[in-house]
Amino acid sequence: MTPPPLVVIAATLVVLLGLATMLTWVERRLLGLWQDRYGPNRVGPGGLFQAVADGIKILFKQDWIPPFADRPVFVLAPAIGMMTVLLAFGVIPVTALWSIAGDLNVGLLFVFATMGLGVYSVVLAGWASNSKYALLGGMRAAAQMISYEVFMGLSTLGVVMTTGSFSLRDIVQAQAGLWFVIPQCLGFVVFLMAGIAETHRLPFDLPEGENELGAGFHTEYSGMKFGMFFLSEYAGIVLVSALVTTLYLGGWQGPVLPPALWFAAKTGALVCLFILLRAALPRPRYDQLMALGWKILLPLSLLNIVATGAVLLLRAPG
Amino acid sequence: MFGILRTLWLTFLHMGHRRVTVGYPETRPALPPRYRGRIILSRDPDGLERCVACNLCAVACPVDCISLQKAEQDGRWYPEYFRINFSRCIFCGFCEEACPTYAIQLTPDFEMSEYVRPNLVYEKEDLLISGTGKYPDYSFYRVSGVEIPGKDKGEAEREQPPVDVRSLLP
Amino acid sequence: MATIHIDGRPFPARPGENLLQACLEAGADLPYFCWHPELGSVGACRQCAVRQYSGPDDRTGRIVMACMTPVTDGAILSIDDAEAREFRASVVEWLMTNHPHDCPVCAEGGECHLQDMTVMTGHAVRRYRFTKRTHRNQDLGPFVNHEMNRCIACYRCVRFYRDYAGGEDLAAFATHNDVYFGRHADGALENGFSGNLVEICPTGVFTDKPFSAVYSRKWDLRGAPSVCTHCAVGCNTIVNARQDTTRRVLNRYHDAVNRYFLCDRGRFGHGFIAAPSRLRAPLARIDGRPTPVPVQDALRRFQMMAQDGPVVGIGSTRASLESNFALRTLAGPARFSTGMAEPEHGLTRLVADLLRTTPARNPTLHEMESADAVLILGENVTVTAPRAGLALRQAVRQATFDIADAARIPRWMDAAVRTLGSEARSPLFIATPGPTDLDPIARATSRAAPDDIARLGFAIAHSLDPTAPEVADLPEDAARLAADIAATLRAAARPLIVAGTQYGTAALPQAAAAIATALAAHGVDAALSLVLPDCDSMGLALMDGLSLDAVRALARDGGIGTLVVMENDLSRRLDPAALDALLAAVPHLVVIDHTATPLSARADLILPSATFAECGGTLVSTEGRAQRFLQVLFPDLPLQAGWRWARDLAQAADPGKAPDWQDLDDIIAAIAAATPSLAPIGRAAPDAAYRLDGARLRSEPPRISGRTAVRANISVRDRPPPAAPDTPLAPTMEGAYGPATPGALVPYYQAPGWNSVQSLNRFQQEIGGPMRGGDAGVRLLDGDGTPRPRPAYATAIPAPFAPRAGEILLLPEPRLFGTEELSSLSPPVAARVEAAALRIADDSGTAPTIALRLDGQSVVLPVIRDPALPPGIALCPPHMALRAFTAPAWAIVQPDGGDAP
Repeated sequence: MTPPPLVVIAATLVVLLGLATMLTWVERRLLGLWQDRYGPNRVGPGGLFQAVADGIKILFKQDWIPPFADRPVFVLAPAIGMMTVLLAFGVIPVTALWSIAGDLNVGLLFVFATMGLGVYSVVLAGWASNSKYALLGGMRAAAQMISYEVFMGLSTLGVVMTTGSFSLRDIVQAQAGLWFVIPQCLGFVVFLMAGIAETHRLPFDLPEGENELGAGFHTEYSGMKFGMFFLSEYAGIVLVSALVTTLYLGGWQGPVLPPALWFAAKTGALVCLFILLRAALPRPRYDQLMALGWKILLPLSLLNIVATGAVLLLRAPG
Repeated sequence: MFGILRTLWLTFLHMGHRRVTVGYPETRPALPPRYRGRIILSRDPDGLERCVACNLCAVACPVDCISLQKAEQDGRWYPEYFRINFSRCIFCGFCEEACPTYAIQLTPDFEMSEYVRPNLVYEKEDLLISGTGKYPDYSFYRVSGVEIPGKDKGEAEREQPPVDVRSLLP
Repeated sequence: MATIHIDGRPFPARPGENLLQACLEAGADLPYFCWHPELGSVGACRQCAVRQYSGPDDRTGRIVMACMTPVTDGAILSIDDAEAREFRASVVEWLMTNHPHDCPVCAEGGECHLQDMTVMTGHAVRRYRFTKRTHRNQDLGPFVNHEMNRCIACYRCVRFYRDYAGGEDLAAFATHNDVYFGRHADGALENGFSGNLVEICPTGVFTDKPFSAVYSRKWDLRGAPSVCTHCAVGCNTIVNARQDTTRRVLNRYHDAVNRYFLCDRGRFGHGFIAAPSRLRAPLARIDGRPTPVPVQDALRRFQMMAQDGPVVGIGSTRASLESNFALRTLAGPARFSTGMAEPEHGLTRLVADLLRTTPARNPTLHEMESADAVLILGENVTVTAPRAGLALRQAVRQATFDIADAARIPRWMDAAVRTLGSEARSPLFIATPGPTDLDPIARATSRAAPDDIARLGFAIAHSLDPTAPEVADLPEDAARLAADIAATLRAAARPLIVAGTQYGTAALPQAAAAIATALAAHGVDAALSLVLPDCDSMGLALMDGLSLDAVRALARDGGIGTLVVMENDLSRRLDPAALDALLAAVPHLVVIDHTATPLSARADLILPSATFAECGGTLVSTEGRAQRFLQVLFPDLPLQAGWRWARDLAQAADPGKAPDWQDLDDIIAAIAAATPSLAPIGRAAPDAAYRLDGARLRSEPPRISGRTAVRANISVRDRPPPAAPDTPLAPTMEGAYGPATPGALVPYYQAPGWNSVQSLNRFQQEIGGPMRGGDAGVRLLDGDGTPRPRPAYATAIPAPFAPRAGEILLLPEPRLFGTEELSSLSPPVAARVEAAALRIADDSGTAPTIALRLDGQSVVLPVIRDPALPPGIALCPPHMALRAFTAPAWAIVQPDGGDAP
């Protein structure tokens, strides 16, 4: 029995947004844990409702649009960000049989396409704010995300070559014996770093760079529009974690437990890794970030393709 | 690269460490006497106001939240009003450092939240305590050369009796 | 220009000055105490030690006192030299051994020269562990506080008070470490310039007593450049304010006018701003009682009144040009009065005409100081223009300087110059009916009635120039004196004639002008200074209008519907009967004033105007210098400048024809366009659009305190700074400030390391010279510089004065304190006002009082008998006994007067 599409869409929105919201609490509690303090622990059991409280607060904040901003674009930017992330979730296979929007034979390309559109959100926000910090943040974001998109795509080519398909379900099924994290370890590392950069999470959060740019591209945002940037960032974390799970960690596959739980557990562990990175690592300089991308990650991903190709050719029958 | 992984690992290990923060208000922190909390005005050992309205705390205040007006009685200066706007105060303690008479002192009390901002504006009556605070023995007028009731010229510390100006003796 | 080398760097220096001045002009930080730019050097404090080298090959050099060493071309000195620094540090440490531990309770703290110099020399820790000497203080009256423990014995106070200002009741007592500066006993300082001790004293021995009652540190005071309103000299001042009240008045340096000093009336007369007599709301007469009404209601009432007949405006000599002009615009030029009754009205115009036409210099105050022969013709300058009196006192020293120059002693070598020239005085002749403070230093004084003084003046003119009319029947001694004075003036290089309008006689200024004209005919560089009574008398003379007598005639003919009086208390100008008649003939009386007066008590509508501290405006001094005062307080409506009230009234009466001035610059432009003689007043100060380094000037010091607490008891919300459309000074601490600030806009003096008023040195092009940012004010009477044609001599020589039996000629004799209207409302000045008394010639009577009848009024006055006074006249302080009395009048002496209480 397949539920009607509208119900699926609504349920997905609620679940994903709820997940992203709860993630804000999870992140703060984990950061507290790793920094020898408590984190939010007042609202509800263990501070669980902190996210709800924050949500209510942010909803009731003054919805301020600066008089100098480019109004339509200013409003559009956060919506684009949210939309692209949610779209990408559509093709992630949660189990062998079920993904939100079904299986797409070019699923991986679709994901990259929608994530690529996400750049617009950040650049337009920076541009429409009409303020120098926001613009600088937007410019950084554009350069960073476009650059890292290249290696992100290239790094997955190994997986695609091995599988021979762009369909995410095929990719997961191809990992039945061995997760791709082993043969594609180089691709895994490059993809993970590119994923962090793509979601502009610490340590690669230079577009926001609090200590030099105020809050970067969303300096001028407040209220729920800021909230949407916030949530799409967390949804982005989940998305990248889910992608890594799918591409390299065998997706839903695992013994004993039901497949959906395996998928959730792997994704959750990766989310925690994202948070651990934030707790532990300092931010590089902007030029270091770009140098890392073009001078190290790009050659590495190319090397990965060549090596994978060579191995495939050698193994190829005949 | 190894350094990054080590950092991650060490940070991860902090999961098992004891927390350095305490769960206020269930647990109350032990604050040292020189903690920089609520500001008070103290009195000298004779029970009189120590503040001489010199305005140095006001000018030292980086957020300009102290205001006062000098008044005078029998040679003693005192503040006609002394106002601290705690809704602006950052508890930096510069005022205490600037005070030449140990009048203004910061105390370990920090529980002074209010729902209405005007309630954070403290006047002299709210600030003045009846004791000497951290410096029990100091009295500015015992040291300074001005004349006040009960202390004539030449009676301060290390002072000679007033000069007879009509004498030309060496 | 000579060149001196300070620590290896060359600086230009004037050859005549001393090294201390040269170092300060070069911008170097060299501490000093006893030197003062106006008092010269005495080398008493040993603080300004530097090392001087005799040439480039000299490696040793020697320690010299910079203030006692003249500049020589190529001089090489070192301020930074280790030994010189140690020398200065030990001198300060030594001066500080007895300094009490009381900076927190010292009113000088924060603007203390001693603090600055101690910091500058690096002395931070007291090593002296023995006892300190102490002194008892004195009560020096309502102006100055005394705290002798703080004294460092620099001697500046007595050098100013005795040597410069001629005071006698402040002196140095005791010896060595115990030196004491004070009076022989408690009591008010008698000299009229005692307030300057506050600025002269480098530490807190003498502090401002009225200011102490409302004390704030210098860093908390907003300042604005202002002009003194208590006489016609136009001294430049700085008004300090905090929390919507004025706190004090300080001297503002103007190199041509008041320079470093103010008189006590100007310094302490500002108390009327906060006096209980201030008007703060529009009052309308409802049921016979003045009742506060809203502004709109007040204007509506005026609209009704204006329909009842022509509006006549009466201006005022104590209101700004702008207020007078706005009133003139409201009423129309033909129905605008200057607010002066005859003879003052005509005399004021005469003075303006004489200053414009006489072919003699119209000197600035600073030029008066360098006159080498002075004749004062019938004006007690020390009370009608006190600061000019102080300038004349310096003129007497010119002979000393000539001797010093001959002996090749620099003029700043004060002790030597004064010792050398102690017996030499430049000639000063004083011809007045009564005694003046300058008499002791005059070469000759002549006590005579005003008419006889005028005759003496005409006789001098005739003696100088036979074409001048001859004075008939001149007594022989007067003729001899006239010849003597004429010869002295003729021989002088820069003679100065001073006269005025005090005695209401046109003959006195005319005689003075005749002498100046006669001197100029001989090619002598003569100067003529004429003194007017009020701060804007000259402005009104240039603006023109009816006299009060003409207004009375107009009222008698029923030609007035509404009388609008601008900041003028007519009860001081018209005797009660005349005032009653005037007001009875006028249906409506509107008074615009900042202070309640007997006239405002009778008004149908009172509109509260702003005082000089609360609005900007222009005043024209007796020298013909238009000067701008700027506002330091920003009161809310209904308090607004007089010209804004007049504008609003005009709009209420006839919106179609009313002027549309929005800010001060608008109305100044309108004045310039309408009145050619006042056209340059826009140049008196930069307009509100002025920017220094691209920013408005700030009027508050950068470290002003308590901004978020000072109003927190009223509201914790932040308030935007007040709109200030009339002033180029931002009413906040944000904005530009520096030594290049124009002289007309200086809100306070402060320079890095120099927090006291001594930081003024940094603002001058050279010590004692013009301000770096340009001087304030613009002179209006100088013409276009072409030589003036020689005017015809006045021929109306008065007849000799003849005493009358049973009557006495009452002459107005103003006082420093008590006869000027506004300063008398200031509490410290009021405390110095002595009871009115009549000074008469010895009539061989003994009664302590005398009864007089004048214009139907009877008055009983205590009597001071002065045998030096000419018989038949009496000197009476105007406005104190007979409120409206301002001009000579014959009063009937009532025989039984002595018995009355």
